[in-house]
Parts: sequence; structure tokens; C-alpha cells
Amino acid sequence: MSAILQVRDLQVSYYTDLGRATALNRVNLDLQAGEKLGLVGESGSGKSTMALAMMRMIKAPGRIESGSVDVDGVDLMKLSEEEMRLARLSRIAYIPQGAMNSLNPVMRIGAQMVDAIRAHVPTMSKEDMIARAKDSLESVDLKRNVFDMYAHELSGGMKQRVCIAIGILLKPKVIIADEPTSALDVVTQRQVMETIDRVQKEIGTAVILIGHDMGLMAQFVDKVAVMYAGRLTEVSTVRDMFTTPMHPYAQALIKSLPNLKNKGVFQGIPGLAPSLLRIPSGCAFHPRCTQAMDRCKTTIPEVQDHNGRLVACHLYTEGA
Amino acid sequence: MTHLLEFRNVTKTYTRGYFSDAGTTALQDFSMVLDEDSPTIMTVAGESGSGKTTIAMLLLGFIEPTKGEILYKGKNIKNLRGEERMTFRREVQAVFQDPFAVFNPFYTVDHLLTVPIERFKLAKSKADARNKMEEALSSVGLRPEDILGRFPHQLSGGQRQRINVARALLLKPKVLVADEPVSMVDASLRANILESLRGLHRDHGVSIVYITHDLTTAYHVANSIVVLYKGGVMEAGDVETVIQKPEHPYTKLLIDSIPWPELDRRWGSDGMMVKEADGSDKGAKGCRFMGRCPHAVDACGTSVPPLYRVGPTQVASCVLHSANPVLPATQLTDVLPV
Repeated sequence: MSAILQVRDLQVSYYTDLGRATALNRVNLDLQAGEKLGLVGESGSGKSTMALAMMRMIKAPGRIESGSVDVDGVDLMKLSEEEMRLARLSRIAYIPQGAMNSLNPVMRIGAQMVDAIRAHVPTMSKEDMIARAKDSLESVDLKRNVFDMYAHELSGGMKQRVCIAIGILLKPKVIIADEPTSALDVVTQRQVMETIDRVQKEIGTAVILIGHDMGLMAQFVDKVAVMYAGRLTEVSTVRDMFTTPMHPYAQALIKSLPNLKNKGVFQGIPGLAPSLLRIPSGCAFHPRCTQAMDRCKTTIPEVQDHNGRLVACHLYTEGA
Repeated sequence: MTHLLEFRNVTKTYTRGYFSDAGTTALQDFSMVLDEDSPTIMTVAGESGSGKTTIAMLLLGFIEPTKGEILYKGKNIKNLRGEERMTFRREVQAVFQDPFAVFNPFYTVDHLLTVPIERFKLAKSKADARNKMEEALSSVGLRPEDILGRFPHQLSGGQRQRINVARALLLKPKVLVADEPVSMVDASLRANILESLRGLHRDHGVSIVYITHDLTTAYHVANSIVVLYKGGVMEAGDVETVIQKPEHPYTKLLIDSIPWPELDRRWGSDGMMVKEADGSDKGAKGCRFMGRCPHAVDACGTSVPPLYRVGPTQVASCVLHSANPVLPATQLTDVLPV
């Protein structure tokens, strides 16, 4: 089975007054149709940059330096601006962080949805557009009359579900959701995640869930990708990641999770995330790593396949 | 014995305009006590709009209760003046949610520490002030030489939040209100901040009111927990019992909805269905949770259920437990362990 999403050698830099910050460093990622991937990492590890780069929405002073993003056989990086505009939402949809605040307060929900459809399929009849929008609302468990409402008439969870409804209007192949529930309380969070889960199964799209809540990942995704300082450190199935994490950073991350058995035990990860302007030499994690060796300081570990798990660490490379 | 801090039947209603009767009751008839001799960490938990932050604002004296009174060392905080007011201001400290908003970007972070030192005349000399600042920073696990003289934008969210804890520590408070102190920092840094808070309690005998919607951190930090919903206490008790064996349907729903980072504990495994609030005024007179409760019966709508004792250290405001003895609302903290 070929992957629906293939990211190859994606590199993004931000040109700041203090120098060039490499926010994404030669990232490779494959995603099968219908697969749910969690992208986790600390703030500044490049999660959101990755999402924006895949949408080709990196703004100055940022720049996509190189790489390709294939969605269903089409390389988004080679499209013209106009073609890319059409590809957004129809091939690859993005639900940004705090999306619910992006709804237009003076436009009815329905009008905003019809706008989105018209921008992509201008030939569709008005009735069909309205029907499509209402169906989409229904599929996220909202009543059809939400179509005629304004954003202020909806609760936070409902607004977030409207955003999901807009995201699936054109049945994209890939949906990227950037912390879709970070502003919601746990009960609403569960409702929203269950909605995404169900919709995802219905239209068979692949989902990338960005966040740092490992609990949410354990409950929702099939695969977890851990980012650190702009690189992928480990990509494993969710079960492997939680039971036998391989990369020392992933190990520390899993160990720091609270559970009911170890009340009052806090295990943080010592040290601080590096600044992207001054990424340590060799493996970026080596100053915080408890298992660092000499060559971690000099050589950048390549991502290698270990029985289907992708790990970038010298502990597992030949000749260690 | 005089209590350190006491909420006596406090109600807070936010009104809209001068002529409208319609108001939102953010906190309804809430009583609690913190004792000086037995410092505790108490969690106030609930979703957005449950009245958690209202408690923090009331406790700090930023807003006044609509009904009831808040006493500090036996005196209504509304009437504190002069010396007493300064003592209250020093002994009751806060750490807020947003570690970015509390800093003035034009000053170095030292400012946040030097202002209270000057204001409360904590140091005799410049050198003494410097020592005190370094001591406070070290005790929250920061290296003073990394921090002092820097500007806020040069520090990470976790560092800034720990500076806030250090500032609170500097003043040797008796009570610390921590309003969602870790919700905006990375998971890997949360542990450090929570550990600093616990250290403050353990080593300096500070009582902490930990306000959060995150029951996992509450479980790890606190001794006792009060679960609020729309301004009313739903359930309270010692944190282990309430989280492992919740008795109120709302607490059950909350705990069932926590995405535990455990693969074998699936979401919704307890079969609690989430019911959408239907927008009706169900529960306007009775139990506030009635509109969303899967166990709702007619009796729920008649009056607010009192706190029923469901265990030695646990109470629940739910008619399902009406066979149990009632605990008067004013004695809420009697069942909470310290």
C-alpha cells in the first residue's frame, strides 16, 4: 500500500535578526490512508511549523528551503499558488490552534461554509452547496439549524466542531489538527475527539494530531511521532511508544507522565529545550541525555528503521 | 481557635447592567476553612465557568462577595486597613495561569522580585535583597545567574512560572492561590513547577489553594479536592477517594473523560454518556447538573441537594445518596483531610 502522504527532506528556516533558525530539519514522514498520527514535542520543537509547511503557509521571515510533500501522488511544493489554494481544504485541510476563534462573528455559520465550497467548486449549484454544508454539520453531531446561527450563539465545543465540519467539507485526503482541544475542558474535549474519530472513519481520511498531551495521544492515535529541535526522534506505534520507547527523549517523555500509581512522584526532563538559533552539535538532545556518548556530541544520528520503528539515536546504530 | 482564612456562606453573582435582574451566579453558598496550624493543599476543580477563578479573585480580595463574608485571621478582608491590610497582602500570594502576561516586557525579571522586597521592606540593604532573591530562585530550582538581569522574552514559560513561585516564596506567605499554574507550560516542565509548589507547602508550611481543571495534576499535588459545577459544590473529599471512587455523576463524568496516558484505560470505559446541555432551565432551582445528568429524576429539580456524607472523608451533593447523613455546607472542610 502506498502512502497517501509522503513528506521528504522537508526543511524550514526562519531568518531572524539573530541569525537563521532551522525550525524543521530534513523531516521524512509517511502516512497511510485512514491512519491517525500524533505529532508531539515541546513548544518550539517544530510541530506547528511542520503543519504550516505541509500547507505551504509558512510566512516571512520563514522559508521552506527544500523538500517535497506528496499528497495522493501530487507534490504540493511544485504547484502554483492558485493550484495550491485549490488543494488546501480539498486535498489537505488544516484546523489551526484556537480555530474556533477564527469564525467570522458577523457572518452566519452557513454563509462561511458556502464560501469555502464556492471557492473550490464554483460550478456547484447553490442548493447543493447548502445541502453539503448542512450534511457536514450533521456529521459532526450539530443540528442542521446551526447553519443559520452566528458564532456567538455556540459554545466553545460547538464552535470547534463547526471548524471540523468546515475541514471535512471537501473530503480531504489529509486533515491536520493543531491542538484542536487545548482550550476546552475534558468533557468537551472527549466529545470533540470522538467526533474527529468518527468522521475520520467515515471519509477514510488520514489525520495528523498535533499536541503535547500524551494522554490524548494514547486515547486517539495509531502512531506517535516525537519531535525535538526540528527533527523527528522516534516514530512508533502508540503501543510501542508507551510500553518500550527507544529514543532517550521519548523515554523521558513517557516517564514524566502522571498516572494513578505513583502519586506525588514528579519526574520532569532535566534541562531546557535548546534555542533553534543555537542547536547543539551532533544529536540536539545530547546535553540533556542521560545515555549520551562521545559521538553524540559530534555526529548527527540518522533516522533508522528498527523493525518498523523509526529511531534517530546512536544507541541503536551499528558500531556503537 | 481563629482560622487563618475562612469563607462563610459566600455567594457571588455577576449582574449585567444596573437595571437587569438577570445575573450569573458564579459561586453559591460556599464555605471553607484553612487553618494556620495544619497547612494543606486543596484543589478546586471544575470546567470553565464553574466558579474556580471567582474563588481565587474573592480570596485575594479583588472582588467582593455578593453575600457572605471572607475572614482572614478572624477579620473580614473587606475591612482590613493599614498595617493589617499590608500583612494580608503579603501573606496571601498568588501564581496565575499565564506566565507571559504578568511580566512587564520593558523591565528585567528582577523587577518582579525587587518590587515586593521594597514594598514590604524585606531587606536591610541591597546585598541583603540580592541574597534573598538568589535564595528564592535557588529554592525553585533556578540558577540565579541564569535569571537575574534577563528580560522576560529571554526566558521560557517554565522558567517564568517558577520565578512567580519564587516571588511568592520571597514573601513567606501563609496562603498561596495557584490558578491553573501549569496549564500553559509544557508537560515536561509541569513536573518541576508542581514540585516547587509542593516544596513550598512541605518546607515552608504554606497552605495552597490549587485551582485547576486538570484532575491528573490535582491528584498528584493535593490532599483534598472540591469539585465545582456552575458555582455549586458537587463533590468534595480527600483526593484519592474522590478520583478513584467518585460518587457524584458529574465527577464520574469528569474522571471518565480524562485522557489517561495509559493504553489499557480507554476513554469512556465506565460507560458514562456525555449529554449535551439542552439549554432549558432545568436545574434552575435544584441540582445544577440536572440537565446533563444521565441519572436525573424529578426530585433533582426541586431544591439544591445538600452535601451527603458518602464516606468518612467524602461528600456528594446528589439525591442518589440521600439515604446518607447530611453535612451542613458550612462544615465542608471538616471532612477534608489536611
